[in-house]
Amino acid sequence: MSSVKKARRFNPDRDVAPWKGAYVPYDILKEAFVALLAVAVLIVVMAAVFSSPDDPSITLKKWSAVNPVDFAQTAITELDGSSGTATYGPPYNATPDAAQHMGFFEPAQWFGVHQPINTAQDFVIGPLRTLPNQQLLQRALDVYQGASAAQQSAWTTAYEKAVANATDVQGRLHVPAGRYGPVGYIVGSLTAMAQTGGLDGTLLSEGQFYNTDYTKPLLFLADGSYLESLAGAQHLQGSQWGMMNETGNYPGQAWLWLYTMWYQVAPMNTSSNADLEVWAIMMLLSVGLIFLPFIPILRSIPRWTRVYKLIWRRHYRELATT
Amino acid sequence: MSIDTDIGAESGPGGPGPTTAESRQWTARVRHTAESAFPPDQLLPDRQPAYMASWIYVFGVLTVVSLAWVIITGCILAIMGPSWWHVSSTGHFVNSLHLWSVEFFFFFMVIHLWGKFFMAAWRGNRRLTWATGVIAFLVSVPAAFTGYISQQNFDSQWISTQAKDGINATGAGAVWNVLNFGQMLMWHIVLLPIGVIIIAGLHVLMVRRRGIVPPFAVGDAHSETPVAAPLEEPA
Amino acid sequence: MVLGALLAALVNLGGTGKYIHWGFIQISVANFIVIILMIVVFILAILLPFPKRKGDRQ
Repeated sequence: MSSVKKARRFNPDRDVAPWKGAYVPYDILKEAFVALLAVAVLIVVMAAVFSSPDDPSITLKKWSAVNPVDFAQTAITELDGSSGTATYGPPYNATPDAAQHMGFFEPAQWFGVHQPINTAQDFVIGPLRTLPNQQLLQRALDVYQGASAAQQSAWTTAYEKAVANATDVQGRLHVPAGRYGPVGYIVGSLTAMAQTGGLDGTLLSEGQFYNTDYTKPLLFLADGSYLESLAGAQHLQGSQWGMMNETGNYPGQAWLWLYTMWYQVAPMNTSSNADLEVWAIMMLLSVGLIFLPFIPILRSIPRWTRVYKLIWRRHYRELATT
Repeated sequence: MSIDTDIGAESGPGGPGPTTAESRQWTARVRHTAESAFPPDQLLPDRQPAYMASWIYVFGVLTVVSLAWVIITGCILAIMGPSWWHVSSTGHFVNSLHLWSVEFFFFFMVIHLWGKFFMAAWRGNRRLTWATGVIAFLVSVPAAFTGYISQQNFDSQWISTQAKDGINATGAGAVWNVLNFGQMLMWHIVLLPIGVIIIAGLHVLMVRRRGIVPPFAVGDAHSETPVAAPLEEPA
Repeated sequence: MVLGALLAALVNLGGTGKYIHWGFIQISVANFIVIILMIVVFILAILLPFPKRKGDRQ
């Protein structure tokens, strides 16, 4: 197979003359074997000295026990459709103008709703309906679901105002009285269900025996502030460059430095389309890195900076003496 | 060496070439293409150009062996399943080995990237070598990411609920659901490792095909030298 | 159990993480050390002499 190409102007940043000089013996398999052993020693030492982090996961049970007020405040937003998940847009629901966009480019909207979530049904009413021997609760749910949209809204709005002043008395939720109809009983029941651990199981299983999809319990957790506050304490939030970080003092993902950096700078740091914008920038830079050999000026930096003179100094010394 | 092909027997690898009958065969054509692209003494050379005289050259092989340890420790974790490391101190130790081999994989890979950049290692028709290297890095990032969200601990909960916003914004969240543990675990242990191994393998094959890049010629720092002779190295 | 004790970390990297704040940059001490180490190792790799080979010269 011939690779002789027609002559063209030599560009030192693109071309190089074939090597016609000396060769030295080099045992690449032995080198690989030595490297394998060396890295084995390194990882055994690091694992023995530093181990790895394993902060236990948060459950809805834990959240509702530690902070039942925050749980109830989140639950009411799931019921009235004002939570983060309920207003997220695609892929969870079709909330208008929720998908991120850059000009006309709105890929989330184009792909549409493929993980449908109705927070009122999926996070509140559905789980409560699975509870047996709860006639009062089932009646409250019937009253709520049978009411008009305007009546439901009046109840949930009143409850939201009241629960803002709720208190936690030894893990039990106390909400000031108000004109919120069956909603108080519904949210109180959901809080109690969560505190037994029943809500974790029901949200995950979705009525099946086996399930490995944690979408619903994770979205419910993420809508509250408990998970977020724990993350903030560990410097894991976005505004804390959290993408790079690990819990405790473990090294994290330093290679994500550039990805997370864009979130800290204008205009992305105040943009509601920040995720899409940062993705676009990183895709552009990644393609740029792949095609670096074709990019003038950038591909000349190695020649201009002359670090190569250090790398190949033995070769240049030998050339100078011959 | 090869099985009996008595239609126009060949003398060995890259021999006199296929006969008219064989040249229509996919098998023969693939074999001949592979043999001419990678003659054995090029695929497994016992010598290197004399200019290979710097410690920076070991970071490629250090990256590859770190990947080997990532895979080996991952296989041990797979033997016992994803919950093992939470309940067993041996399992936790193997998990630590897996995490640290990932840290070293990226550590060595980035130093390797810096070295290759300052050598302008894409020169002399090595742009595909450069490209496969960058793509190997880019595919390694989601491979590691899916690992973090497969841990089934607080870290996974936080990382997945945060990352979902980035991925959903691109539309990919419609099918690639980072909150779906089952899906993400299978991407982590099946699809992405296959991707990383294939791309890293292609990268290493490209290095063997073209050889390591020669140094800048003396005088390259200042001028371009018009050359009429062929520039690319023979395959 | 003895194996468990042997396999537990000698240095506890859990607990409250330490962070460096510099202008708009926030970086963990751990990540900072990793990055500095990478730069140091890179510089050493370039500067440290590579053993000469007494081999065939072709």
